[in-house]
Amino acid sequence: MGHPYIPNTREIRKQMLREIGAASIDELFTDIPPKIRLKRELKLPPAMSELEVKRHVQAILAKNKPFTQMLSFLGGGVWPHHVPAHVRSLVQRSEFLTSYTPYQPEASQGMLQALFEYQSMIAELVGLEVANSSMYDWATALGEAALMCARVTRRKKFLVPKLISPERFSTLQNYASGPGLEPVKIGYDRTTGQLNLDQLKKEMSQDVAGVYIENPSYLGFLETQVDEIAAATHKAGALFVVGVNPISLGLLKPPGDYGADVVVGEGQPLGNPVSFGGPSLGIFACRGELKLVRQVPGRLIGMTTALDGRTRGYCMVLQTREQHIRRERATSSICTNEALCAVAAAIYLASLGPRGLHDLAELCTSNASYTMKKLNAIKGLRAPIFDAPHFNEFTLNCDDTRVSIQKLNAGLLKRVIQGGKPLRTEFPELGGTALLCTTELHSREDIDRLASALKELLGGRR
Amino acid sequence: MSYQQARWIEPLIFELSKQGRVGWALPGKPRERINIPKELLREKLELPELSEPEVVRHYTRLSQMNYGIDSGFYPLGSCTMKYNPKVCEELAALETASCIHPNQAEETVQGALELMFRLERFLAEIAGVARVSLQPSAGAHGEFIAMLLTHAYHKSKRDDKRDQVIVPDSAHGTNPASAAMAGYEVVTVPSNARGRVDLKALKAAVSERTAALMLTNPNTLGLFEDQIIDIAKVVHDAGGLLFYDGANLNGILGKTRPGDMGFDIVHFNLHKTFATPHGGGGPGAGPIGVQRELEKFLPVPVVEYDRKRKRYYLDYNRPHSIGKVRAFYGNFGVLVKAYAYILLMGAEGLNEVTEAAVLNANYIMHKLLGVEGYELKFDASGPCKHEVVFSTEPLKRETGVTARDVAKRLLDHGIHAPTYYFPPIVPEALMIEPTETESREELDRFVVALNTMAQEARSNPEKLRSAPMATAIGKLDEVKASREPILSWRAHRKLAKK
Repeated sequence: MGHPYIPNTREIRKQMLREIGAASIDELFTDIPPKIRLKRELKLPPAMSELEVKRHVQAILAKNKPFTQMLSFLGGGVWPHHVPAHVRSLVQRSEFLTSYTPYQPEASQGMLQALFEYQSMIAELVGLEVANSSMYDWATALGEAALMCARVTRRKKFLVPKLISPERFSTLQNYASGPGLEPVKIGYDRTTGQLNLDQLKKEMSQDVAGVYIENPSYLGFLETQVDEIAAATHKAGALFVVGVNPISLGLLKPPGDYGADVVVGEGQPLGNPVSFGGPSLGIFACRGELKLVRQVPGRLIGMTTALDGRTRGYCMVLQTREQHIRRERATSSICTNEALCAVAAAIYLASLGPRGLHDLAELCTSNASYTMKKLNAIKGLRAPIFDAPHFNEFTLNCDDTRVSIQKLNAGLLKRVIQGGKPLRTEFPELGGTALLCTTELHSREDIDRLASALKELLGGRR
Repeated sequence: MSYQQARWIEPLIFELSKQGRVGWALPGKPRERINIPKELLREKLELPELSEPEVVRHYTRLSQMNYGIDSGFYPLGSCTMKYNPKVCEELAALETASCIHPNQAEETVQGALELMFRLERFLAEIAGVARVSLQPSAGAHGEFIAMLLTHAYHKSKRDDKRDQVIVPDSAHGTNPASAAMAGYEVVTVPSNARGRVDLKALKAAVSERTAALMLTNPNTLGLFEDQIIDIAKVVHDAGGLLFYDGANLNGILGKTRPGDMGFDIVHFNLHKTFATPHGGGGPGAGPIGVQRELEKFLPVPVVEYDRKRKRYYLDYNRPHSIGKVRAFYGNFGVLVKAYAYILLMGAEGLNEVTEAAVLNANYIMHKLLGVEGYELKFDASGPCKHEVVFSTEPLKRETGVTARDVAKRLLDHGIHAPTYYFPPIVPEALMIEPTETESREELDRFVVALNTMAQEARSNPEKLRSAPMATAIGKLDEVKASREPILSWRAHRKLAKK
């Protein structure tokens, strides 16, 4: 019997062995010292047929409750959106799906052009000239951005807001540890959540390589003092790095327009499923200045021509930044990235267009506003806790109800509603607060259902 | 030779844009007034405007100008371009996998946690390690995290003088780059005449400054480091750790295990060995396995099982952990595919994978040794493992035709080019990895093609130099592309205006 994925049957393999003059397959493994040869079979389940595997994996996964079968208000780094059917169907085309990194540009023009289009659309979206063809996710893109700031400025401090996503901060710390770059947190205004400008200016010195803000912030509010932050950063000769949810840029001013030198972000909401948090898509963009471009981590796809000088074509460029050429002097070790997620993002953005993305961003914001209004009307609840404009995420505080977020969430779950993410471990100073998110998946009725469920849960307590 | 890739003159999507077109409809209209001050709003956004059929046609055409493993033979050395079973895609796309949020209540994601828990144990068994973190997003990410773990390990021993990482000259570029990113000085050790780590040079290189040795085994020449027991002893005696680069794991499945060889940290490329697709460069997944003494440093969270509550959970309570290395828990979608693949194969199947892959490589080695113009630079006396590195130096001496010319000409035969000019220690290198999913007929066709090219190099070398002809486009001006980089439509238009 043959094997479904191994075309050479045992009989053919025997013939091949004879042809190469080997008496048995074992002769091909005599170079492995007997002392370290595995003398037993691996302890794994016996092989299953496709049908059996399908049933087995389906049965395990059936123990999950997808957010499509309940009402969920989770965001906080990945955001549920509808993935148009054609986006999924196009990225599943096996010429894209089963290709390697486009090292042979002549045979990989399709992937290269798609990635160039991705870079181009991200550049438009964030208002800069250059975007790379992807990093692993927002957190690692931030880590790489900090390293790039350090390389460009040869300085050792990197300022971040205290309300940064804790996962991203921890990742940043790990990335910064190599060159001894020191992340420093800047406080915030307790009423508005906005960055404390006085403290920022105090920390500003000739040691600062970069200043990072998240806009929209991890807790959903917008940073309104971007011009002042950019000015203070540039005055000190540091680079200004902004982290974004790209959907928000359908509506919001692009960071390039308010002085960002580098933009990072999470591209998952652009046509990629949430998938338990990965694969994700790290956005990385910067100004077009060569001084910066030469320090960019990861792959860059450029437009060029065939040797005839006329036919347009695409290839990987500035590869001397990369590990396969530069080894220990590379700008980063990244090799495999998130190319297919980037292609999904390109298809998604091309499908929505400027109008579609604007309307989507507006609908998400509007849904959040409506949710805040409804929840605020419930006695004891406060949404948001910061007095600032918000995009599609916001904070909900329940300290005045004497019921914990955990309790409320447990009650909601009984009603097939997944509440927001509790923030107590991440930001104890915010008390009983949760982070909620709305997108186009939420109808007005859905939001009303959340409100009445909360009312019911709290009403029983009074 | 009968191959011709699609050759569309396909404009950039921006050039296909017509004002007012849209490829997607919103489910509703905003009903609340947006409370965002005008100065925070954007004025214009120049994205393309197209309907859905136009978008679909554009990207379908682009896909037709792309070569994947489903298109044909892809003997790209060290990349393990094997067939990717379709059922794995189907499973990862299930709503119960793709539509779950990482912050959902634990009881609503028991399936995801169970799958990760089980996959971790499969991988630990395959590599012979104690624990595995599924978090690294790709191979190089795994390497970088391995270096962070190395640092944490030595620091816990209050041993802060270890600032060097040793890397053989045949290593993948990601190894030295990852070590440098983690702050280490890279020390390169040469290979010996047998294409293995020079043990004498290694002994001279280790010291109280050695944090780790990064090693691929089988190495990038496709040769098994048969002195691995001594290598491990040298490094361990000096107080260093051994890191295993798992790029070539396909050469040893079920035959030996990195843990049994003495490695302390092991990384896997699920997108190579475990048949998850490369997606044109990613996403992949690069889990890392560690031995007991390094377990406590693994990134948070790790998946655990609570026997009392009969519940899987994410454990963040790990005071020695290096912390986070990315958001959430890894490329879950890729993990689902690798899990399904391991079940499809079973222990016996994985063993057969390696046998068939190694046989295919040895078959190519045997056949190509009979073709004038190609030669092996290192030890041809023993078998190779999953890949073989030939040098086209004799052909170049005779005809001036380079390894790159040969590789490009292969594209005209409908065969993807092998990795060329790598490893750097082989002049005019062609690094060939056939994998187990190729038939003997396909291998024969490949050998015939290389034979034809050797003859062509003598009779009509121009044909090789001007290759490829049968691809979507001919050779590109890559020098110009890097000298005056145009990296976006925005930059292109700006340049055109000048």
